[in-house]
Amino acid sequence: MTTVVEPDWKNELSAELDETWHSPPGLREWISTVDHKRIGMRYFYLGMVFFVVGGVQSLLIRMQLAGPDLDLLSPEAYNQLFTMHGITMMFLFAMPVLSGFGNYFVPLMIGARDMAFPRLNAFGFWVLLGAGIFMYSSFAIGQAPNNGWFNYLPLAGAEFTPGINIDFYSLGLIFLGISSTGGAINFIVTILKLRAPGMTLNRIPIFVWGELAMALQIVFALPALTLGAVLLTLERKFGFHFFDEAGGGDPLLWQHLFWVFGHPEVYIVALPGFGIASAIIPTWCRRPMVGYTYIVIGELAVALVGFGVWVHHMFSVGLSNITLSFISLASFMVVIPSGLQVFAWLATLVSGRPKLSSAMWFVLGFIMIFVVGGVTGAMFAAVTLDQALTDSYFVVAHLHYVLVGSAVFPIFAAIYHWGPKMTGRLLDERLGKVSFWLMFIGFNVAFFPQHFLGLLGMPRRVYTYQEGVGWDAHNLASTIGAFVLALGALVTMVNWYRSKQRGAVAGNDPWNGETLEWYTSSPPPHYNFVTVPTIRSREPMWDQPELAGGAQAPPEGGRPLTGGHVTLSTSLLDARPQAIVHMPHATPWPFYFSVALTVLFFMILVELWYIAVLAAVASVMTMVGWYWPRHETQET
Amino acid sequence: MAGGTHELTIAETGMPGEVLPEHGVGPRSFGWWGMVWLIATEATLFALLLASYFYLRFQSPEWPPEHIEAPALELPLIMTAILWSSSIPVHIAEKGIEKGHQGRLKWGLALGWLLGAAFLVITVAIEWPETLHEFTPRTNAYGSMFFTVTGFHLSHVLVGLSVSAFAQVRAWQGAFDERKHVSVQNFAMYWHFVDIVWLFVLLSIYVSPHF
Repeated sequence: MTTVVEPDWKNELSAELDETWHSPPGLREWISTVDHKRIGMRYFYLGMVFFVVGGVQSLLIRMQLAGPDLDLLSPEAYNQLFTMHGITMMFLFAMPVLSGFGNYFVPLMIGARDMAFPRLNAFGFWVLLGAGIFMYSSFAIGQAPNNGWFNYLPLAGAEFTPGINIDFYSLGLIFLGISSTGGAINFIVTILKLRAPGMTLNRIPIFVWGELAMALQIVFALPALTLGAVLLTLERKFGFHFFDEAGGGDPLLWQHLFWVFGHPEVYIVALPGFGIASAIIPTWCRRPMVGYTYIVIGELAVALVGFGVWVHHMFSVGLSNITLSFISLASFMVVIPSGLQVFAWLATLVSGRPKLSSAMWFVLGFIMIFVVGGVTGAMFAAVTLDQALTDSYFVVAHLHYVLVGSAVFPIFAAIYHWGPKMTGRLLDERLGKVSFWLMFIGFNVAFFPQHFLGLLGMPRRVYTYQEGVGWDAHNLASTIGAFVLALGALVTMVNWYRSKQRGAVAGNDPWNGETLEWYTSSPPPHYNFVTVPTIRSREPMWDQPELAGGAQAPPEGGRPLTGGHVTLSTSLLDARPQAIVHMPHATPWPFYFSVALTVLFFMILVELWYIAVLAAVASVMTMVGWYWPRHETQET
Repeated sequence: MAGGTHELTIAETGMPGEVLPEHGVGPRSFGWWGMVWLIATEATLFALLLASYFYLRFQSPEWPPEHIEAPALELPLIMTAILWSSSIPVHIAEKGIEKGHQGRLKWGLALGWLLGAAFLVITVAIEWPETLHEFTPRTNAYGSMFFTVTGFHLSHVLVGLSVSAFAQVRAWQGAFDERKHVSVQNFAMYWHFVDIVWLFVLLSIYVSPHF
């Protein structure tokens, strides 16, 4: 059945598509690009920069705690560092890098020419950059947020934290929320409407389901954080009353709003990581994923039940027993869909022929670490145990097992699995395994002893401790482990740099992958695919041999779509072609808009209201510039 | 490259016999779905804001506290009538352009804009100043919530008016026809959403303190 692809035919189409989609070099083009691959790479690199920054912060923290009564850091510096470490790792590393992989690979995996809203995509990146600069400028004046990432009231109120530390936090998170919300809506619409013909709901790659579940959680959870931050800003800057008891407010309102967001946030970071594992395991086990339907239902169930468990962060604040019982039950329930996925991964491993590449080692490390975090999570679902261990190092150990397990290890697995697609070069496998073992051993040495520290009564967030309470050895081990972990991460970064310089050429499909990102060249051209393929299988690259040439011929269902800067809109359930949609061209307006917003947030911060109004007007002007049609064919 | 008005040819699509419309409207376009999810996240924001209102209310022994009168209902009900009536011309404008009626589009949008602007002016010029005589956002949690909830809603009215103004400029330039009008649909959807939210604001902020 395989048609021999005529080189002439393919080259002609490539040349024509290149004419339509290419972007010339230059600074203006650099700020104007709306190519999801370039934007995805930027998300990835910026997120990794913040990973290094947050990592250095954690090493400083661990150095301070290496022994009793050290004074490397002042208490105030310590508070700022652990707060910014949490904010950085959650909001500026994990979410951007996972969005970066999503940005890069979702359109490729579903056979689209770009994301649904390319300009919004570019805007999301620039806002992330602006918000990152905004929050980090707090260090320049020595007033970084200092009340922990969940920032409880009344400590975070104007009375007890009078500086502008907390204003950096609340305004920064409102600002960053614009980026996350826009990105989430973009993912949802892209996944619902831009799938290649034939990619029915039950053929969507599991990674794409993971990004969809993440995006749905952002849409419904992030407003709680945004609202909390807005109310906090109004209270701190304008004397409104929401959280202060004297004015009729209630500090617990903040805790509810924060955790209505904060617990789903854990899954926002975890679900794409699950998706990465489900993308890598079948490829390296040479068999389709076991229990596809159960995994998808499991991911969506985690996303749904994740909204009903926020109070388990508040078991010790004195709520009614009926509330505690309900939330405890819901928290136990999360174990079922999560466990379902773990068993599906294990079944695929056992029944396949796994090849232990670096990517696979990182996935195995993820499963092992995440299961430990899951077990301690189930322990915390029990109210009585939670009340005994809350705010101790047991919590620190638990949350790092969950978050490093479900975000950092999958991200590193993805670097080895997808890096060759992004750069066109293979990474060094030997260095990859060295990196894995350093990270895996380092991680466990760093965080496993923290379980014992918690059981021994060491509270979290203390800047030092006294000698002779039995915490010394565990803390020293933890510090050593942290440095080994950091060294392991560094090895992969060096590996990435070396492979970009002189790695072996990857080719279209170095791993014989099953999904559509392997259908095109590495790195893919601006237009992603010579022809948008028609899909007849859940593992198209394995079951449709005509895809191997990199361009499904039109008689076999490939659509060249050369008639303009266009992509296909397909129906939501069964992906039947519905319309041809003209995609926006490169434009600098999203960049200008983000600059105006950055100025606006800085001016609100320092309360220069006249300039703030000017920046707001400028923001509106840039939006008009953004939406003002310049091409006859643009959607109106 | 294909022009703005004719459809891509069969050869350009690459599939024999396949002709697809070049511009989707409604659920066939991306923009329509983007607005659906924007509204979903905005609705969540309002739901949480009103939940916060009731959370603080039920922590408080009396509501409104400190001898503040429950809000008078005459003006809010007049404002309600004005705001809700604005949805009708907007609907007529949307249905009009679906059939290619440029006139209905222009006058429907204009009338909807005027009614929305009237709501905004009444709030800022009459309703808020009268309320401020009695209490301010700094008085207590009740005052803070009153102005935050109504202010949140009003900011959405303002955004809607701005989007409408932009759509009207485009309408007068003749940018919309029966096949290209996603912006009009999106504005209409957003505007109806703002009107529906007002129902919950009205019931929570103005009506519920009487009970």
